Amino acid sequence: MSSSAAIPGGLPDVVPMRRDPNHLGHHAAGEGESRATGHGTGGPSSKRIVVAYGFWIFLLSDIVMFAAFFAAFAVLRGGTAGGPTGAELFDIANVAIETVLLLLSSFACGVATLALNARRALLFQAAMAVTFLLGAGFLALELREFTDLVARDAGPTRSAFLSAFFTVVGCHGLHVTAGLLWLLTMMAQVFAKGFRPDILRRVMCFSLFWHALDIVWVAVFTVVYLMGSAA
Amino acid sequence: MLGKLTWSAIPFDQPIPLVAAALVGVVLLGIIAWVAVAGWLPYLWREWITSVDHKRIGVMYVLLGLVMLIRGFSDAILMRSHQALAYNALGYLPPEHYDQIFSAHGTIMIFFGAMPFMIGLMNFVVPLQLGVRDVAFPTLNSVSFWLTATGALLVNVSLVVGEFARTGWWPAPPLSETTYSPGVGVDYYLWAIQISGIGTLMSGVNLVTTILKMRAPGMSYLRMPMFCWTALASNLLIIAAFPILTATLAMLTLDRYLGFHFFTDEAGGNSMLFMNLFWAWGHPEVYILALPAYGIFSEVISTFSGKPLFAYRSMVWATLAICLLSFTVWLHHFFTMGPGGDVNGVFGITSMIIAVPTGVKIFDWMFTMYGGRVRFTTPMLWSVAFLVTFVVGGATGVLLAIPPADFVLHNSLFLVAHFHNVIVSAVVFAAFAGYAYWFPKAFGFTLDERWGKAAFWFSLVGYVWVFTPLYVVGLMGMTRRMQHFSVAEWYPWIVAASLGVIVMAVGVVCQVVQLVVSIRRREQLRDLTGDPWDGRSLEWATASPPPSFNFAVMPHVEGEEAYWAIKQRAREQARLREEPDYEPVEMPLNSPTGFVCAFFATLVGFAMIWHIWWLAALGLAGAFATFVAFAWRDRVEYEIPADAVARINRENRASRLDALQQARRKEAA
Ligand code: HEM
Ligand SMILES: [Cu+2]
Repeated sequence: MSSSAAIPGGLPDVVPMRRDPNHLGHHAAGEGESRATGHGTGGPSSKRIVVAYGFWIFLLSDIVMFAAFFAAFAVLRGGTAGGPTGAELFDIANVAIETVLLLLSSFACGVATLALNARRALLFQAAMAVTFLLGAGFLALELREFTDLVARDAGPTRSAFLSAFFTVVGCHGLHVTAGLLWLLTMMAQVFAKGFRPDILRRVMCFSLFWHALDIVWVAVFTVVYLMGSAA
Repeated sequence: MLGKLTWSAIPFDQPIPLVAAALVGVVLLGIIAWVAVAGWLPYLWREWITSVDHKRIGVMYVLLGLVMLIRGFSDAILMRSHQALAYNALGYLPPEHYDQIFSAHGTIMIFFGAMPFMIGLMNFVVPLQLGVRDVAFPTLNSVSFWLTATGALLVNVSLVVGEFARTGWWPAPPLSETTYSPGVGVDYYLWAIQISGIGTLMSGVNLVTTILKMRAPGMSYLRMPMFCWTALASNLLIIAAFPILTATLAMLTLDRYLGFHFFTDEAGGNSMLFMNLFWAWGHPEVYILALPAYGIFSEVISTFSGKPLFAYRSMVWATLAICLLSFTVWLHHFFTMGPGGDVNGVFGITSMIIAVPTGVKIFDWMFTMYGGRVRFTTPMLWSVAFLVTFVVGGATGVLLAIPPADFVLHNSLFLVAHFHNVIVSAVVFAAFAGYAYWFPKAFGFTLDERWGKAAFWFSLVGYVWVFTPLYVVGLMGMTRRMQHFSVAEWYPWIVAASLGVIVMAVGVVCQVVQLVVSIRRREQLRDLTGDPWDGRSLEWATASPPPSFNFAVMPHVEGEEAYWAIKQRAREQARLREEPDYEPVEMPLNSPTGFVCAFFATLVGFAMIWHIWWLAALGLAGAFATFVAFAWRDRVEYEIPADAVARINRENRASRLDALQQARRKEAA
């Protein structure tokens, strides 16, 4: 088919708008001053909303992944193969301290966000540092728990139950580790580049991530430690 | 130092893979040398490899899909010809090699043929149909593509270095555990799929965000073209299903690498857990592929019938219903593995319920054609053929969803015939329909219709010819994955199927010839208007190929079929709309991030397969450094000045005006 068969028409470049909200760039619909919802009324949403929304969706998918691990844990909980059970192994007091550390770190992360919004660099860095320390403390306790279990011949290769246990908890731990790396990167970025819009968006994503880890931890605490030691 | 990797990993004693790989290697080197000598490497790097333009990335995805479909087809030729020679004989392939071939065939076709093809078309088309400049996260898009390419590369490397899985495309434990599969084959599978799966997930996030948050003003949900709807549903499924696959493969990886016991026979492991998790992803995956295909057929059938899509809203509802229902049927993949009568009954019924929204769609497509002025172009031929063959495949599917029938037909060639019947007619036909339909949009000239029609007819006849005999031998009791057999009644049918593959191969050759011929005749096939098919949605409103920024000024959508209404008004008034006020456009800068990430991902994957731990650590560090470097950039955009935008747009306006006046003169005469 060649162009002679074409029945063309006008371009839809109509409705001259003062400013093109369809820009990908940081002018136009810009950094958040646009009210567009992206639902077809005012055109594409602002960059801030798009980034936050996309990151939310990513977090949802991450939670689906955790759900698969939780399902595996629930199925394999009884598969102890004659080895130790959850009731014999878990030290709930240690887990409680971990939980407190993580929740406090989320609080510190919230303070960092407030400092960011108030453009107070020093407070931001301090709050992020505290977040880091609390998160690292959480990880240290978790590592101690792991080495302790391995030393008691209750490592992940002992039974399917322990494989699932180490995987669920370890996967959360890996997320925390990645979060800590990210956190340091963000501190460095704010230090080097100041409160640039793209940096602000990244910190926002980081804090979403960090709070989501809390939510996942609550599930770990309930499904793995509480229900797991009941079995 | 090199882990498990030694010279013995290269199968010097097996001529077929080595000769094939050498051939491919020589061709690849030849192409690279040719490109280098012609001085095109900088162009490739600048305009394609580092491009973050959704159109370029879409084209690269489709190219990868095309090449891998052909690669998978070469496996199919091997399998069919082997079986034809394996009656009361051994055939020409050693058994362990045959096992690798059917595993590689399935893996490549699903993950690296069909998926990139569909994702590529969505990437290319969706932002254009939504009237926007790019996807939500352009650089991430490039990362997604290159990670997919990494996976494809790893699978193909397994041809020469080491081996591929012998477990089938779904690596069911305990067969895939170290005890029964001690080699690196399953590891190739795991890392290739894991890496490309991450790319797929990110592309899903990207497209969902684009569709939900970036539409042009006025483009409300019920004004979105059908393809955008099905793309949305498909990508929602990716987001909900791929993490399950990631987790499942991670568990198998832990079993194999660190001696965990998720799915092993001993220490409390549970292999049925794998079946459930795998198919909780696997069945939705079928619809991840099929939904965009339905969207393509909707666009093509509506355009070439010259009518709006019949019962658009019922299509939307059917799409969403399929999206939800696809998560409720996974168990039909293992009716025979002991879930029990009640459970089987429930899943049998839910499986059949999906036929209802699918039936709604079939009727909507037929009513769209009814009373329309149907033009039988190549894309339309693929679509009509789909309508006919897909109904057959669907009917055999409903048959398999009856648990007692499945007890007889499970793992037979009847099953193989069924899923090829649906997946080839839905996904592969849609792929070629979409390819021919949007090719002129991407490159500014149409594909040669005569070769396209030849490709269509040979493929269609060959495909029916191959798979009908497989239905028959399946009913006669022939199971899948047989290396040789000695049942006389099966033999003629197997020979017939092999002859059919030859016909299909002619179709594939026509497809390639079509591309070559069209490129050589591109001046005659040129389309200057940007709207060669008399299209109805916004992608036809811009020039072909579209400028990097897609639309000079953002479209304002005032009804369903966004472009059609504007075009009708232009025709009635015999003039284009007023020229807009042009403004400078900002676009994201190119970035090598995707390519560099994929380079490190390839290192990590290869190192993990061969247990070269230091290299894996190096690769991970490299990937992290890439991200930091990317995040550290200060300049991420460039500006296209308003007069450049104006100049580009005026060119297209001029040729459209020209064609408009020509059409009027013709009408008057
Ligand atoms: C183009 C023509 C094709 C032919 C002639 C063909 C032929 C075959 C044959 C002979 C088998 C092995 C059956 C057995 O187990 O004995 C097979 C398996 C399979 N094919 Fe195809 N195929 C074709 C296209 C495709 C396409 C387009 C897809 C998907 C997009 C696909 C997906 C699969 C899968 C998933 C398997 C199962 C592999 C396994 O057993 O693990 N095939 N095909
Ligand atoms: Cu299924």
